[in-house]
Amino acid sequence: MRMSKIVRTSADLLYPFILIFGLYVVLHGHLTPGGGFQGGAVIATSVVLVIVAWSYEDILAMLRKVVYKAQESAGLILFIGTGAAALLIGFPFFYNFLANSGLLFGMPAPPGPNPGELNTAGVIPVMNIAVGIEVWGGLAIIVLCMLSSLARERT
Amino acid sequence: MKRTISALVLLVIGIALLAIPVLLTFGSPLMSDMDDYFIAHGQAETAANNIVTSVVFDFRGFDTLGESVVLFTAVVGVGLMFRTLRAGEEYEDE
Repeated sequence: MRMSKIVRTSADLLYPFILIFGLYVVLHGHLTPGGGFQGGAVIATSVVLVIVAWSYEDILAMLRKVVYKAQESAGLILFIGTGAAALLIGFPFFYNFLANSGLLFGMPAPPGPNPGELNTAGVIPVMNIAVGIEVWGGLAIIVLCMLSSLARERT
Repeated sequence: MKRTISALVLLVIGIALLAIPVLLTFGSPLMSDMDDYFIAHGQAETAANNIVTSVVFDFRGFDTLGESVVLFTAVVGVGLMFRTLRAGEEYEDE
């Protein structure tokens, strides 16, 4: 059961813009309101929009469940791995070992109120990205699974 | 008898709930040591301008780990409920 051509075209047009906005919310989680959970939910909205506009058979040709399953697991593994990486270097679990180190995301933040620098905050952006990937895949796979049972009952 | 007991229980619960806002003043004693520390040192220690994110992902990162695991478990549960059947497998109608 597809929606009309107008809805399908609008969904296809809006998809990249919602994706970009969600990625912005995830990547700027340590500077602006938002973060991994919120940005991941925004990105999942774009997937759900496409799913609602097209029929289940069309969706299976466009998106694959395996990709989202792998994405969800990869997000959680990256999150736990970032926390456990501090153990290998000799810090406590979940220690922010990248902050103020000069490496990736390692610039010190300017003191006081300021617009912020993207290359700061250590492991926080890494964890934001991990959680964003996980929420993106998780919410998309929930909607896809529920839709598959609906499509099965109709036939 | 039964009605009297339930009325009594309701009365006791109601009084207990009402006594909380009447007898206790909100925000006292003030336990703000942690908050003050986060606000004063959060930006310098985590190098993140967003204090909320630095609390969620750094100072209380373990909490966020639990949150992600809850989401993962929910997705695993949904995947088990709506899984695709193997060949020759049938749904049981009861």
